[in-house]
Amino acid sequence: MLRYFKPVIFLACLSPLIWLVWRGFHSDLGANPIEAITHWTGDCTLTFLLITLSVTPLRKLTQQYWLIKLRRMFGLFAFFYGTLHLTTYVWLDKFFDVHAMLADIAKRRFITAGMIAYALMIPLALTSTQWAIRKLGGKRWQALHRLIYFSAAAGVVHYIWLVKADLRKPLEYAFVLGVLLLARAIFWFSSRAKTSAVSAVEMSKS
Amino acid sequence: MLIKKAEDIRSSEITPKSVYLNRRKFLAGAAALGGVAAAAGTRLGKVLSPSQIALAGNKIANLQKSPFSTTETVTPYKDVTTYNNYYEFSTDKEGPSELAKNFRTRPWKVKIEGLVEKKQEFDIETILKMAPAEERIYRHRCVEGWSIVVPWIGFSLSELVKRANPTGKAKFVEFTTIYDPGQMPGQRRDVLEWPYVEGLRMDEAMHPLTLLCFGMYGEELPNQDGAPLRLVLPWKYGFKSAKAIVKIRFTDKQPLNTWNVAAPQEYGFYSNVNPNVDHPRWSQAKERRLGEFFKRPTLMFNGYDQVASLYSGMDLRKYF
Repeated sequence: MLRYFKPVIFLACLSPLIWLVWRGFHSDLGANPIEAITHWTGDCTLTFLLITLSVTPLRKLTQQYWLIKLRRMFGLFAFFYGTLHLTTYVWLDKFFDVHAMLADIAKRRFITAGMIAYALMIPLALTSTQWAIRKLGGKRWQALHRLIYFSAAAGVVHYIWLVKADLRKPLEYAFVLGVLLLARAIFWFSSRAKTSAVSAVEMSKS
Repeated sequence: MLIKKAEDIRSSEITPKSVYLNRRKFLAGAAALGGVAAAAGTRLGKVLSPSQIALAGNKIANLQKSPFSTTETVTPYKDVTTYNNYYEFSTDKEGPSELAKNFRTRPWKVKIEGLVEKKQEFDIETILKMAPAEERIYRHRCVEGWSIVVPWIGFSLSELVKRANPTGKAKFVEFTTIYDPGQMPGQRRDVLEWPYVEGLRMDEAMHPLTLLCFGMYGEELPNQDGAPLRLVLPWKYGFKSAKAIVKIRFTDKQPLNTWNVAAPQEYGFYSNVNPNVDHPRWSQAKERRLGEFFKRPTLMFNGYDQVASLYSGMDLRKYF
């Protein structure tokens, strides 16, 4: 079932890019198309990071454990849109001017945050294969992939620091990220409470 | 490639706009032919649709040419009217063109206050007749790093200042934008401190380049571009050019300006275009002219060197 479902999801994940290209060809990107491309790919990156992070809480809440099979795809799409976003900066904003980019990264904290967010995604994308999971071992792999929390946080901070006055949109992302991280904290505490309860029962038995 | 295509279609999309204007003229003409008085015409307009009584689109006759005009390619009308920083309406650039449609620019009065011989109130129609309308094609550079070339219409602000009759004590001028959250949805949120205020030093206000503007592209100002009356200061970042002005106050102290209040380390009082002084969060060395693919270097004072003497001896890093 999922085998047929997956290509559909894949296309759905690709649709923001198709939409962007379609608008580009129909001159619908407004007066400043490069800015529109930058904002659109940035929004997609953050959205896919948050979708990726929502898989685990959603699985636990709905007991739909098969959802895990989609997580890698969502994560790789976050990396894909992040790469496009970075490309617009490197190419369309800086025109491969390495000196100007280095100065930017050092001087401008919103660029620094964005670069950190992207850099943290690279090892996750590289170790996204079954082979890498086997090679690293489940525990270590999982520990490594917790980097996504920091990547998403850096991404949200990148957006907050970029905005001139209206913080509404970046704070929406921050709120969703907060909820997703809080859900993890709640799951963690409740599972710890359970295990300690179990061990307490076992102790009293012995 | 996407960009090149964009230009092709953009110019063709101006056609529907002129059709739209003709429709308005037709309506106006129909009203006149019917011998309907102005008041009745307004009522008719209201019945038809509130946007049809908007004044933008009316041609301004007998425009004088200005030696200050640049010969650079003028930015398409559509870009200048759909890509606006006008937070009173929306923080999205596409927002104001929609949300300002029904903004009422008549009746409109401008209060003259502070250090003046006599407090008074100018009606917009009086202001428009103060001096012959000039077309001035200016470069306009936004603090965000993009720029446009706009054929503004107006006359030097000094014409109004003379008639406002400030006393010898006046050293600065403060401009206040209308506060009307009912008409300006952006003012219902505290994105900035409302009403929007801007300020100039007296010599800046009197400089011939400083334009009191009420039109562009041969027509009255569209609402989203600051109708009915705005400033245009081509050597300063765009936000200095206050829109929809209702009050002009002369003072002996440097006035606050809204963006400076919002982020003092990022937006100064002077805010002269300066490629050597970066915004703390981005470089000001280059700019993207709307419609161009490559960025172009930003010029000191946006290329208006004639204002340099206003700031001689000042440390422009300190007084950014």
